[in-house]
Amino acid sequence: MKVRNRNEAIKQDVNMTSMIDIVFLLLIFFVMSFKIVEMEGDFSVRMPLASDQSGAIDDTELPLKLRLRADVSGKLASIQMNEIPLGVDFGALQNTVIGLIGAASPGEESGQGPEIEIDTDFNLKYEHVIEAITAVSGYKEGDQTVKLIEKIKFAKPRR
Amino acid sequence: MRVVSKKYEMAECDLTPMIDMVFQLIAFFMVLINFAQTEANDRVVLPKSVLVKPPEEALEFPIVLHVTQDGEIILGGESFTTDTLRIGLGRELAVIRAEGKSPADANVIIRAHKDTAAGDVQEVIRVAQDQELERFALRVKEDRT
Repeated sequence: MKVRNRNEAIKQDVNMTSMIDIVFLLLIFFVMSFKIVEMEGDFSVRMPLASDQSGAIDDTELPLKLRLRADVSGKLASIQMNEIPLGVDFGALQNTVIGLIGAASPGEESGQGPEIEIDTDFNLKYEHVIEAITAVSGYKEGDQTVKLIEKIKFAKPRR
Repeated sequence: MRVVSKKYEMAECDLTPMIDMVFQLIAFFMVLINFAQTEANDRVVLPKSVLVKPPEEALEFPIVLHVTQDGEIILGGESFTTDTLRIGLGRELAVIRAEGKSPADANVIIRAHKDTAAGDVQEVIRVAQDQELERFALRVKEDRT
């Protein structure tokens, strides 16, 4: 009996074209929708609505008062901390905060420590408020963050 | 003269390495695609700060409010003003209350445009305070420069 050589199996070609089409479509989709994400974080502000906000003030722990003024275009015109004029220098603001509260706050527990009330002109650009919050919240020392004031609240909006 | 018919062989290139690479690229982009960006809004450019870090764990019961440059407030894809925002917040609070929580447990995440008026953000906070919300998070981009 004649035995055929089984090694001569017919080579089967799989048609890859359609798969490659789909794969390239997927690749293009992911490349186009790829977006480098910048990391985001939060400044926490705890502001319960005080029932006696406009009435009696607890004068045992008066918050530090930060006043931010704006010019007509919304740019920062002046910074005032507890009636101390600081120009438009956030570095000076930070130094004033350190002078007022001392640099001893890093050891304090979260939620403790002094409080600051930010009173801004209505039209001041929000990024200046964030700059001010950054200046009073702390500063970077290498990789470490030295915390200054963690309790932040806003005064009533000025119309 | 005898003519020998030429049999042309079909040229085949080996596609295996290319397919390997393409699959690797797809896997790379699939892993990196960020679905959390659904929280973002193209109309809002956040201010930057060197102090913020991405939160280690997500905030509980977040209510995300986008404040655009012209003071428009966007909550859940709907547009509000400071006068109508209480309606949108009321809806969110109804869900939170249905889960047995109080408004004080919710976190209002404010994603305000860097050039919006600070007063608009304060107004948003005031309206939220009227709805008994008291925890606010001012969202800021991390500045690594």
